[in-house]
Amino acid sequence: MIQTENLTKRFGDVLAVDDLSLTVDEGEVFGFLGPNGAGKTTTVRMLTCLIGPTSGSAVVNGHVVGRENTAIRRTVGILTETPGMYDSLSAEYNLELYARLYEVGDPKAAVEKYLRMLGLWERRAEDVGTFSKGMRQKLAIARALLHEPRILFLDEPTSALDPESALLIRDFVSGLRKQGRTIVLCTHNLDEADRLCDRIGVFKSRLLVVDTPARLRSQLFGRKVVFHLRGAAKPFVDSVRALPFSQEVRAVDNKLVLTLDDPEAHNPDLVRALVGVGADIQFVGELRRSLEDVYLQLVRSS
Amino acid sequence: MNKIQAIVRKEWAQVYRNRLVLLSIVFMPLLFTAIPLIILYTTRDMGSGTAGATEVPPQFAQICSADMVGAECFQYYMVSAFMLMFMMTPLIIPVNIAAFSIVGEKTTRSLEPLLATPITTVELLAAKNLAATIPAVLATWLGFGLFLVGALLITTSNRLVSALLNPMWLVAVLVVGPLLAILSVNFSMMVSSRVNDPRVAEQLSALVILPLLALFFGQISGFIVVNQRVVLLMAAVLLLLDSGLIWLAVRLFERETILTRWR
Ligand SMILES: Nc1ncnc2c1ncn2[C@@H]1O[C@H](COP(=O)(O)OP(=O)(O)OP(=O)(O)O)[C@@H](O)[C@H]1O
Ligand SMILES: [Mg+2]
Repeated sequence: MIQTENLTKRFGDVLAVDDLSLTVDEGEVFGFLGPNGAGKTTTVRMLTCLIGPTSGSAVVNGHVVGRENTAIRRTVGILTETPGMYDSLSAEYNLELYARLYEVGDPKAAVEKYLRMLGLWERRAEDVGTFSKGMRQKLAIARALLHEPRILFLDEPTSALDPESALLIRDFVSGLRKQGRTIVLCTHNLDEADRLCDRIGVFKSRLLVVDTPARLRSQLFGRKVVFHLRGAAKPFVDSVRALPFSQEVRAVDNKLVLTLDDPEAHNPDLVRALVGVGADIQFVGELRRSLEDVYLQLVRSS
Repeated sequence: MNKIQAIVRKEWAQVYRNRLVLLSIVFMPLLFTAIPLIILYTTRDMGSGTAGATEVPPQFAQICSADMVGAECFQYYMVSAFMLMFMMTPLIIPVNIAAFSIVGEKTTRSLEPLLATPITTVELLAAKNLAATIPAVLATWLGFGLFLVGALLITTSNRLVSALLNPMWLVAVLVVGPLLAILSVNFSMMVSSRVNDPRVAEQLSALVILPLLALFFGQISGFIVVNQRVVLLMAAVLLLLDSGLIWLAVRLFERETILTRWR
């Protein structure tokens, strides 16, 4: 759905996006993760033809950025960083205007559909100026969907929202994902990225890494498994080290912590081996690394 | 076409909800219609005196037709001076609307989602142009209509009325007026796509009235005589200026620059 090749954007001396080559597949939710000023918004703006790349190229939905901009604008939806609604006009008016600008066949029907879907139908006649941040954000998401775009760009959809509104929007996005839309999601919220995205690109001017959230975690740190034993764990370290698949093994009090490539495959053997040498196993668990650890390590080391 | 219409309607809906802008649109033509009527009213008793055209100062006589008597000529002279003021209506109204229309979009951050839609630059500018030009032209024509009706009621001099209805003023109001409005709109658009503060945009755009003010004081002081030739010349010059400005406004409306320059 989206292919970029060496996409680069400079603002004067500032290199905002450097040599970005990336593919986002159809139906995928792709997370763009990066610190402030990483160039997420700049990338989204390039892919939605709001600004032109300094060099490199991009194809969105089969259309070349810079050459078929109007065609691209027709088929993508964008939730901009700031909602940018007309405050003195009603929610309904705002959406109807955009439905017309996006050449929607039946503007009123589309507006009603999305206002209802986002729980704003009852407040449709009120000026957007009286809306809370969460309501504006919902309205802006509705606006991005009116023309049923195949690709949706969401630039920080839940920042500045309270946990409840954020959850509502996250649920809404998972709903969209089930409809098979391609979604590019910029976020600082690692938990959100972890839950919503099929793949995540960690980005800081350059693309640092792209992978699924689970693999990102395990690639960087390996996966760790903890065995809680009755009694000290130390005596069992050597026999566990002797197993072909075990990598790093440590004993802390009654806990045995080891790194494995594939815990699902190796845990049963491990349990058997430990029982065989007389260990009393109380619990087995995985020591999960949060995506936050991954992210911080990546961003700091870049 | 549909898109242009949608934006024009939106602009009007916004203006309609903005008291200040609305007031400036309504107030201006009313004021400029009232002033010459008041002049006619207060001078009506100088009436059909016996003084001949020979007695009026030479700059008066220059613009009066030969058969006008002194008082009529004086009235006509004053009124035509204020007719120039009246021509400020199509210049000033669009400044209020147009300065808001680009800078306003910038300050509310609504320009980005707008530019993300499939609307073309020409469509967008056409919509902004129409949204500001149409009310200005209508207000001008309406104001002139009101003035004519008022003048007919107040003055008893047919010669004065026919002098006011002469082709020169009709060309001024019907042709020069809209051309002035277009000039003003595109000038404001150019300014407001380059600055970030609506007030600055408005003040800078208000500079378009300077040439007209110069003409006004030129005529008051007898330095310039506004006659048919001057009006036709104005129309011709404005036509050229407008074409140039529209071309320039489209060229200068770089979507990316406008979007990224504001902070
Ligand atoms: N219009 C602009 N003019 C000059 N520099 C800009 C402009 N827009 C962005 N930049 C610079 O480009 C870099 C990337 O900015 P961008 O807004 O894309 O980051 P971001 O990842 O979206 O950040 P945030 O998480 O804060 O939204 C920053 O260094 C920023 O200062
Ligand atoms: Mg951003």
